[in-house]
Amino acid sequence: MICCTEKPIIVLSGGEKLCKQHFIDYFESKVFKTIRQFDLIGKKENLGVALSGGKDSLTVLHVLNKLSQQNTKIKINAIAIDEGIANYRDKTLHNANRFCFKNKIDLHIYSYKEEFGLTLDEILKILNVKPCTICGIFRRYLLNKKSRGLKLTKLATGHNLDDECQSILMNQFKNNVEASARLGPKVGIIHNNKFVQRIKPLYLCTEKEVTTYAFVNGLLDNFTECPNVRYSFRAEVRDMLNDFEQKFPGTKYSIVNSFLQILPILKQQYKDAIIMICTKCNEPSSNEICNACVYLEKLKVRMDVI
Amino acid sequence: MILAKNSIVRDILKELSINPITVIVARNNELILEDEPLNDNDKIKILSVISGG
Repeated sequence: MICCTEKPIIVLSGGEKLCKQHFIDYFESKVFKTIRQFDLIGKKENLGVALSGGKDSLTVLHVLNKLSQQNTKIKINAIAIDEGIANYRDKTLHNANRFCFKNKIDLHIYSYKEEFGLTLDEILKILNVKPCTICGIFRRYLLNKKSRGLKLTKLATGHNLDDECQSILMNQFKNNVEASARLGPKVGIIHNNKFVQRIKPLYLCTEKEVTTYAFVNGLLDNFTECPNVRYSFRAEVRDMLNDFEQKFPGTKYSIVNSFLQILPILKQQYKDAIIMICTKCNEPSSNEICNACVYLEKLKVRMDVI
Repeated sequence: MILAKNSIVRDILKELSINPITVIVARNNELILEDEPLNDNDKIKILSVISGG
């Protein structure tokens, strides 16, 4: 089925072909519907957008900026983390800077170098750890801490349907049910005032839809992939899912939609999880010492030895 | 790349062993679908949808 007489630019998973304008309308409607359906954004918010400068975060910032222009009680801030990954992060932050400058959005950048004393590249030379593990811990730590400092009411990320699908399967493969309980369009299990609520407005948008939207809105400058991603378990799951989706269209939607049905049960099961306060840094933690401080201590010990 | 006459975008992707789910394809900065016929001397850009880390 084709939307109109204009040339189609995308085929949706159900087979419908959409032209550029109808696709933009479809995509934005889908995002706004996701926001309403899952109650992601209230009438008044000091909203942050975790901005890497890649297509997903630029897309969510672009759409939320439109929302903010329609509702002046929703203020938008962009927050970026510079891990110091050579030949990657500087390029994507350039995109971030350019977009925020053009759209007059406040952009706050925090770096591993300033906050922890080392870039990720330097950390990986000292510690024998999987890059994505430590990067994720430090990034989430900084995003939460700095979002609280900026008094953000919510923090939106560019996670899309593909990301969620991968996470669901990864947790299944690793028998990590509690981690799945923290997934969903609204991240986390229990509310705690030390955590800034994270939301995923692109939750039901496929990666291909996000890329297409980014392309037609001029949000794509160059395509980059983190050089560390080749080491990741996620990349394997991603490739497997894409092969499956190609053979059996609709697989990813089915995985996420069936997951959404059991998510309330998972959240209920883990609702008594206790949030502790790290004795070293005073940030929220699942243990006496948070993961970020654990790794910082390991770094200190290794550097003293070196 | 040299393809048979009346080739379509899907033929290039197959030739390059690229899963169509993982890319968008543009010609003259306009997106085209897998079933789009190709012309002599067309310059095609194949853009991966996978990015980030």
